[in-house]
Amino acid sequence: MAILRSNIDTVEPSFKENAEHNRALSKALREVAGQIALGGDERSRNRHVGRGKLLPRDRVEGLLDRGSPFLEIGQLGGHGLYDDDIPAGGIITGIGRVEGKECVVVANDATVKGGTYYPITVKKHLRAQEIALENHLPCVYLVDSGGAFLPLQADVFPDREHFGRIFYNQANLSAAGIPQIAVVMGSCTAGGAYVPAMCDVAIIVQNQGTIFLGGPPLVKAATGEEVDAESLGGGDVHTRVSGVADLLAANDEHALALARETVASSHLHYRATVDAAESREPAYPAEDLYGVLPADGRTPYDVREVIARIVDASDFHEFKALYGETIVCGFAHICGIPVAILANNGILFSESALKAAHFIQLADRRGVPLVFLQNITGFMVGRRYENEGIAKDGAKMVTAVACAQVPKFTVMIGGSFGAGNYAMCGRAYGGRMLWTWPNARISVMGGEQAAHVLATVQGDSMAARGNDWPAPARDAFMAGIRDQYEHEGHPYFASARLWDDGVIDPVDTRRVLGLALTVATRELEVQPGRFGVFRM
Amino acid sequence: MIGTLLVANRGEIACRVMDTARRLGIGTVAVYSDADAHALHVRQADRAVRIGPPVAAESYLNIEAVMAAIAETGANAVHPGYGFLSENAEFAGACAAAGCIFVGPSAAAIRAMGSKIEAKHLVADAGTPVVPGYLGDDQDPDVLFAKAREIGFPLLIKASAGGGGRGMRRVDDAASFGAALDGARREATAAFGDDRVLLERLILKPKHIEVQVLGDTHGNMVYLFERDCSMQRRHQKVVEEAPGPTVSAALRTTMGEAAVRAARAIDYVGAGTVEFITEDDDFYFMEMNTRLQVEHPVTEAILGLDLVELQLRIAAGEPIPFAQQDLEIDGHAIEVRVYAENPKRNFLPSSGKLHRVDWPNGVRVDAGVETGSDVPVHYDPMMAKVIAHAPDRPAAIAALRQALRHTEIVGVEHNVGYLANILAHEEFGRGTYTTALTDDAAASLAPPDSPVPLLLAAASLVAVPGEASPWASADGFQLNLPHAQRLRLRRNRENLEVRITQTGSSCRIEGPDGAHDVRGIALRGNRIEARIDGEPAWASVYAIGDNVFVVTDGATERIEQRRLAVRDFRSIANPQGNVAAPMPGAITAVAVAEGDLVKAGQTLMVLEAMKMEHTIVAPGDGKVATINVAAGERVDEGTELLALEDQ
Repeated sequence: MAILRSNIDTVEPSFKENAEHNRALSKALREVAGQIALGGDERSRNRHVGRGKLLPRDRVEGLLDRGSPFLEIGQLGGHGLYDDDIPAGGIITGIGRVEGKECVVVANDATVKGGTYYPITVKKHLRAQEIALENHLPCVYLVDSGGAFLPLQADVFPDREHFGRIFYNQANLSAAGIPQIAVVMGSCTAGGAYVPAMCDVAIIVQNQGTIFLGGPPLVKAATGEEVDAESLGGGDVHTRVSGVADLLAANDEHALALARETVASSHLHYRATVDAAESREPAYPAEDLYGVLPADGRTPYDVREVIARIVDASDFHEFKALYGETIVCGFAHICGIPVAILANNGILFSESALKAAHFIQLADRRGVPLVFLQNITGFMVGRRYENEGIAKDGAKMVTAVACAQVPKFTVMIGGSFGAGNYAMCGRAYGGRMLWTWPNARISVMGGEQAAHVLATVQGDSMAARGNDWPAPARDAFMAGIRDQYEHEGHPYFASARLWDDGVIDPVDTRRVLGLALTVATRELEVQPGRFGVFRM
Repeated sequence: MIGTLLVANRGEIACRVMDTARRLGIGTVAVYSDADAHALHVRQADRAVRIGPPVAAESYLNIEAVMAAIAETGANAVHPGYGFLSENAEFAGACAAAGCIFVGPSAAAIRAMGSKIEAKHLVADAGTPVVPGYLGDDQDPDVLFAKAREIGFPLLIKASAGGGGRGMRRVDDAASFGAALDGARREATAAFGDDRVLLERLILKPKHIEVQVLGDTHGNMVYLFERDCSMQRRHQKVVEEAPGPTVSAALRTTMGEAAVRAARAIDYVGAGTVEFITEDDDFYFMEMNTRLQVEHPVTEAILGLDLVELQLRIAAGEPIPFAQQDLEIDGHAIEVRVYAENPKRNFLPSSGKLHRVDWPNGVRVDAGVETGSDVPVHYDPMMAKVIAHAPDRPAAIAALRQALRHTEIVGVEHNVGYLANILAHEEFGRGTYTTALTDDAAASLAPPDSPVPLLLAAASLVAVPGEASPWASADGFQLNLPHAQRLRLRRNRENLEVRITQTGSSCRIEGPDGAHDVRGIALRGNRIEARIDGEPAWASVYAIGDNVFVVTDGATERIEQRRLAVRDFRSIANPQGNVAAPMPGAITAVAVAEGDLVKAGQTLMVLEAMKMEHTIVAPGDGKVATINVAAGERVDEGTELLALEDQ
C-alpha cells in the first residue's frame, strides 16, 4: 500500500482562515450539544434528582463500563423541531460498552415532558433498535416514561413506524438471540408497560418504578377501584406477585448494577467477519482537517487530504487512480478494520460512476465494509453527457450501492445534492450508520440552483400571463428560496429529523467510524431455540 | 564436617543462610509451615519438610517437629537463624542430644543470657558497666516501687524474659508506676509466660550500639566492631549502620573489649551480639543476643566477611581464621529493613500477595519474598533488607536512597517511603540521632497524603489506550460533549469521588481538595509522567484487580477504584414487616422469641407440609416484633407468622 502524502501547507493564510471557520462550527456544535445534554429545565431536573433518581445521562454512565465510549445516536433529534424544546427528543440512545459487551442503550429522559414519546422520540427509539438488529447488539432500556405524548397521538400511535413497532422490534430482536433487558426506573404506563413485559429480563426499582396498563386515575375512571401506584404495579408487586419483572432493586445504582450483571450473564459469542489488523494512527493529525476543509464549500480541494487523516497510518491502496478521477476509491484500514473508501473529488461523470460501481462490487465480493465520504453537487448535466447516457451509468452506481451486502457507512463531509446523495449511499440506501460534518449541506439541489430554477419557472409563468416581474421582486424571491434551502439544508435541520445518526466534529470521524465498524464486522452465534408447545 | 544443613527458619534469613551453605557445598533443608508451602526459602532449598500449620507455635517453634525433620532428612547441622528457636536452650540441647550440630552457642550460654537479670549480674561481675537499676528476685510490687524511687524517674520497666519491646513500659513519675507495672506484667505473661520484670534508669539521649563478637571452640574471641541500631520505631530497629557514626576509636576499643569480656564470662562460642545503651561516651550493657542478628550484613560489609560461613566453620570445630589486630574497617555500611506494614496507620502489619517485587541493583538485598510471594499474617512482617556499602557514610546514604527510589513493591503496604524519609532526615545525616527520633519526627517521616498519587492513578485510569478494540478505551469518549467521567476511588479507607474531564493528553480532575490540571500525560508501559498544576510528577502504576498501585520513588500508594456492584447493596428483601407461611401446613417448631435479634437467613420457624419440613428463615436482619403462631398450630398459605422490625 502507499502512504498518502499531504500537500497542505499549515502555515498558509488560507489554512488558518479555514481552520478558524471550521473550529467555530465545531465549537457551536459543542455548545448546542452541551445544552441538549442538560436535558429538561432546571426545575424538572431538581425535582427528578430530589426523588432520589439519577439523571438519564448519569444512568447511562452508571450502566456503561468505566470510561466506555458512548456513541450517541441522534443527539440533535428533535432540535428545533417542535414549539416545545425537546432536548435529544426526550430519549438518549447510543452504543456503549457494558461488562465488555457493546450494547444499545435507550434511556427515557423523564425531565423532558415526563419522558413522553413525541414522534421524534419514537423515531429515535426505533432507529436504536434497528442499529441493534443490524449489529447484533443487546438492548438495555432504561425506562422512565409517561407513554405517548397525547396531543400528538395521531403522529405517534397508529402507523407502521410508530409506537407499536417498538414491541414488534423487541419480539423480533429477542427471536434473533439479541438480549432485551429493561430497567424500570420510573413509569411504564399503558403501551409503555410492554417494554419490560416484552423483555428477556426486567429489573425494577422499588418504590419508584411502576408498570401498569392503566394507571390509578384510569382505573378509577374505568372501574371505580381506588388504588395507589405502588400496589397497582410497583416493584414489590411485580417481583413477588405478578412476575412481570424479575429483579428488584433498591435504587437506580442497584438497578444499574443488576443490569450490568444481567448483560454479563448473557454469554454472547461473536465471530469476526473481517481480519482486523493492528490499529495505527494516521500520519497526519486529525486537527489539520479544520484547515483542510475550505471555508467556502464551493472551493475544490483534494479529498485525499481527508482520507490521509482518517485511515490507519495514512496508508491507502488506491483503485483506478488514473480513471474517473472525480471519485477517489481505495482500500485502507480504520482502527485496524479493512474498509473500501469512496470519496468525491468533483462532479460525477460517467467514468466516475462506472469506476465506483466496479469498486463497490469488488468490495462486496471481498466482504470489505464500504465507507462513503460524500461531498457531491451531483452528476454532470448537459447535452453531451445526457447523450452519452450518464443516467444509465449513474443507475449502475446506484444499483451497486443499493445491492451491496457489506456494511455501508456514510459521512457527509460537504455537499449532498440530488442524485449524488443516492449514488453516494444517502440515508435511503440502507447504510449501517450515517453522520454529517457541521460544514455539510443537504438538499435536492443547491440553494443557488434552486433559486435560479424556481425563478426561471416563475418568470416564464408570469411572462406567459403577460405580467412583468421587476428585478427587485425577482431578487427577493430568489433570496427567499436561498434562505429556505440554507435553513433546510443545514446539518442541524437534517439531524433534528434523524436524516443522519448525528452531526460529528471532523476530528472525531476516525474514532466514530472505528467504533461503528467494530460492531458491524461480526456475527452473533445464536443458539437455536428448540421447545415444544407450552400450554400457558 | 557439615554435610547437610537444616535451616530452622523462614523468610530472608533462611534464604541468606542457604546461600552461604550452597557456596560452601553444603546440602540444604528448609522447613515450612502450611502458610509457607510456596515460599521462596522452600524453593531455594535442596529439600523441604513440612513442619505444621501456619501458627508458629505449632510449626517454626515446634521443637519436636523440627527434630523430626532433622531425623527424616539426615541433616547433621541446624542453623536456627534469628527469632523462633534461635535462643531456645531446650532446642540447642535437643540438637546436641540427637548428635546434630546446633550452629550457635551451647545451651548453657543461651540459658545464661536468656534471663536479662542473670545476664546483668554476670557481666557486671565481669567488669562491664550496666544501667543503674533493679534486677532482684523480689518481685513484690511494694519492693519494686521502693527500688523505682531509688533509681529515680523516668525509668523503664522491662520483662525479665523479654525482648523486642514487649512487656516494656516507660514510667515518668511515681504516680503512674503501679498501672505501668500491671501492664508490663500482663504483656510479659502473654508474650513469655513469665511475669518477672526488671527496672532500669531511662537514658534520655540513648543510642543503641551493639558489638558483634565471635568465639570459637579453641578459646579465641574477637570483636567485629559495633553497629549503631538507634533508629527504631516502636522499639524495633529499622535502620542499622556500621561503624557507629558517633563512636570514637577509643570508645570502639573500650566497648569491644568490654563485649569480649562479657562473652568470655559465659565461654561463648559462635557469633553473638552484646548490646549496649550509650549516652555520649558512657555505655551500659543491656543484653547479649546469642545468635546471628538481623543487621549482621552491615558488619559483613565493612569487614568483607561472611558471618554465616564463620558460624558454620566454628560449629564444625575450625578456629577463627584471623586475629583481632587483622581486622580493619573498610568504609561504611547502612541497612534498612523493608517491612510489610503501614507507617501511616501506626505501623500496622500488612499481609497479602505481592504482585510485583523489583529490587534495586548495585546494593545488597537479602530478601525472603519475590514477585508472586505471599506475606502471611502469621509471622514477622519483615520482607527484606537493603544494604548499601560505600567508602564513607554520606556516600552510603546516597547509594541507599538511590536504591530505595528504584525499589518497587506492589501488593501489600510497606515502609520503603518511610525508610527513604529517615535517610533524608537531617538528624540522621548528622549521625547524632537517638532512639527517640522516629517519635520526635513522626510527622515528617510519615507525612500526610499528597494528592499526587491519587491524581496519577486517576489519570492512568483514563489514559489507558484501547487495545484491540476502540471500545476498550477508557477516556469516556462522547460525541460533541466533554469526555467526562466520575471515578469512585478509595485511599487509606477514605472514599473519594473525582470527576475527570479529558482533552487529548490533558485532563482536569475535580476532587475533594479542589480542581487540578494534569497536562502532558504520557503513559508508557507502567510508567506515567505528567505535569500536575505545572509541577512535574511521575510514578509507576499497576492496575491489579480493583486497585491501582502508584509507586513513586519506592513509596507505594494503593488507590482502590471500583464501581458499585450488586454485592454493595444490602438485600432489599425488606426485613421489616411480616413473614408469612409459604404454603398451608403445620408449624412444628418456633426457633425465636419476641424481641430476639435475628440475622438474614436465620431459622425462625419450621413448617411441615407435603411430608416435608420447610424452614422459614429471616428475610433480612431485624428484630422479632411479634410472633403470631405457636408450635403445633395449623396455618394457611399467607398466614402472617411473625413480624420483623428494624433493630
